[in-house]
Amino acid sequence: MARPVRMLVVALLLAAAPGLAVAAGPGFPLEDSGADVGNQPSLQRGAQLFMNYCLGCHSLEYVRYNTLAEGLGLTEAQVAENLQFTGGSLHDTITIAMPERDAAGWFGQAPPDLTLIARSRGEDYIYTFLKSFYVDPGSRLTGVNNKVLPGTSMPHVLWQLQGLQEAVYRQETGPGGERIEVFEGFELAEPGSMTPEEYSQAARDITAFLSWAAEPMQLERQRLGIWVLLFLAVLFVFSYLYYKELWKDVK
Amino acid sequence: MSAATDKKGATGGGLSGWFRKRFPWDQLMEDHVTGYYAPKNFNWWYVFGSLALLALIIQIVTGIFLTMSYKPSAAEAFGSVEYIMRDVEWGWLIRYMHSTGASMFFVVVYLHMFRALLYGSYQKPRELVWIFGMLIYLVMSAEAFFGYLLPWGQMSYWGAQVIVSLFGAIPVIGEGLVEFIRGDYFISDVTLNRFFALHVIALPIVLLGLVVAHILALHEVGSNNPDGVDIKEKKGPDGRPLDGIPFHPYHTAKDVPAWVVFAMVFAIIVFFAPEMGGYFLEHANFEPANPLKTPEHIAPVWYFTPFYAILRAVPDKLGGVLAMGAAMFMLFLLPWLDRSPVRSIRYKGPLFKLALTLFIISFVMLGWLGLQPATSLYTILARVFAIIYFAFFLLMPFYSKIDKTKTPPPRVTYHG
Repeated sequence: MARPVRMLVVALLLAAAPGLAVAAGPGFPLEDSGADVGNQPSLQRGAQLFMNYCLGCHSLEYVRYNTLAEGLGLTEAQVAENLQFTGGSLHDTITIAMPERDAAGWFGQAPPDLTLIARSRGEDYIYTFLKSFYVDPGSRLTGVNNKVLPGTSMPHVLWQLQGLQEAVYRQETGPGGERIEVFEGFELAEPGSMTPEEYSQAARDITAFLSWAAEPMQLERQRLGIWVLLFLAVLFVFSYLYYKELWKDVK
Repeated sequence: MSAATDKKGATGGGLSGWFRKRFPWDQLMEDHVTGYYAPKNFNWWYVFGSLALLALIIQIVTGIFLTMSYKPSAAEAFGSVEYIMRDVEWGWLIRYMHSTGASMFFVVVYLHMFRALLYGSYQKPRELVWIFGMLIYLVMSAEAFFGYLLPWGQMSYWGAQVIVSLFGAIPVIGEGLVEFIRGDYFISDVTLNRFFALHVIALPIVLLGLVVAHILALHEVGSNNPDGVDIKEKKGPDGRPLDGIPFHPYHTAKDVPAWVVFAMVFAIIVFFAPEMGGYFLEHANFEPANPLKTPEHIAPVWYFTPFYAILRAVPDKLGGVLAMGAAMFMLFLLPWLDRSPVRSIRYKGPLFKLALTLFIISFVMLGWLGLQPATSLYTILARVFAIIYFAFFLLMPFYSKIDKTKTPPPRVTYHG
């Protein structure tokens, strides 16, 4: 019996193998966000930053204000007072007032809803994006550009916190003798109200909050999963013993 | 009335007696469950049939509940899925079970098919069992394809766009056919509505009918086993096969722990990795469908990728579609391509073992390649593996005939 079981395990692993070979996409290397959805103070700070800086343009149209209370460890009164600026019911979804058509006219395209951005792009994407704005005179709309999403029409709304960065390049000679510019890193040209460490933490908090918003039940499902697996483990023992008992005289 | 006997020998009074005289319940149970003798030497490869049935039940039950909250309209579909995930009680669990169930159904069916390849379960007299099984696989693929449009994410939309446009490669009627399938000039609300109808009504009915046919055909000829010997040839004085044992309670008791292991794998995915790294739920599908924005990289879900890789390996579009169709059709021909005098891999010769190994490697590699962008190196690899894939079938009449096989034992054997 050992051999077929081993073959089964190998077969299941083979079936899951594509999941192990996640190809890294091209583009700017993403930094590990270190965001922790289980850290409620981080979620609360992230929510506060989001409501103050992002919500002007980006909605969370599938998230309801009242779910913030449970997910972030707040009372509904605290949510109403500190996070809901629009009035209305706590059962409202987190929408914006800016009409999509006007936004598209102003920015070239309407700012996307961010409910699921952590699932479609990933946490590291958000974190690195927030940290990769730099002064670019070539960007006539906002004066800044972003290494993660070149040509973005999003202004650096957090510039007062982070300050303004400049991109530093190194000159190199290409194989054909041509001069190429290689990106080396960012340099803080004008400091903001936060130190770089504080700003990284702020980006991490926003990332954690958006990760929570993308799947508010993620911690609950993991908690529940443990109990389901424990139950199944017990069930396996008894069902296997029953099978052995029933089959012991067969042959 | 005391014990009444009808022509089938069903006896008993009371409600059950009344019922039995009007409906052949006893006979059905006897024929297909308690009196169906299956070989004693089944190994664990034989659990995937009943696991497939379990997967089908999970899909139907979770599907019914999803239908209660899902809105099949282009304007509302994406939002209604998020509504299920957030606002419907236990909606997230039902949705994850359905999305995980789709992939796990394919995992189980692929392993079930591989079992048939290992032990020659498609050979005479089980050709129809195999054909019905292949039809199940085909209908299941269509069912999965139609279902994948319903969340109305970017991958739903563009995946459907790519697959439907394949029919456009057919000469003369192609373009008209594509329009007929979509019901519009592009994938739209109309398409979503008809895919919903096909996904929740039409194909499930066909699927259930085929499952019944598959099982009836199997029970008519009897199950194969890892030795590939016919258990009906050696019967005891009671007329029962010496190497057989009633399906219930024996095989059902053996299937239950396997169901539990399946449930554990299932639960690990549902509760701890519902996206399965982007292979069960693709990342791009968390963006609503946008007909004006083509994603950078369109890949079908993993269970279609071996055939997708074959499609892309052929430079000509019509040629690719034909190759993909042929790849599927080859499987149907299997019972007539295998000329080996023995069924099981245990007694087949080195040629068949080599061919099967190469086939499995090429199938898995094609599946992986179908997920990757079509670079020139990958295209060459896909061509090599596609040729091996076809060679496995087309050369089978030759290598299975000249192969040095061993003589199977007269009775079944037990390993481990």
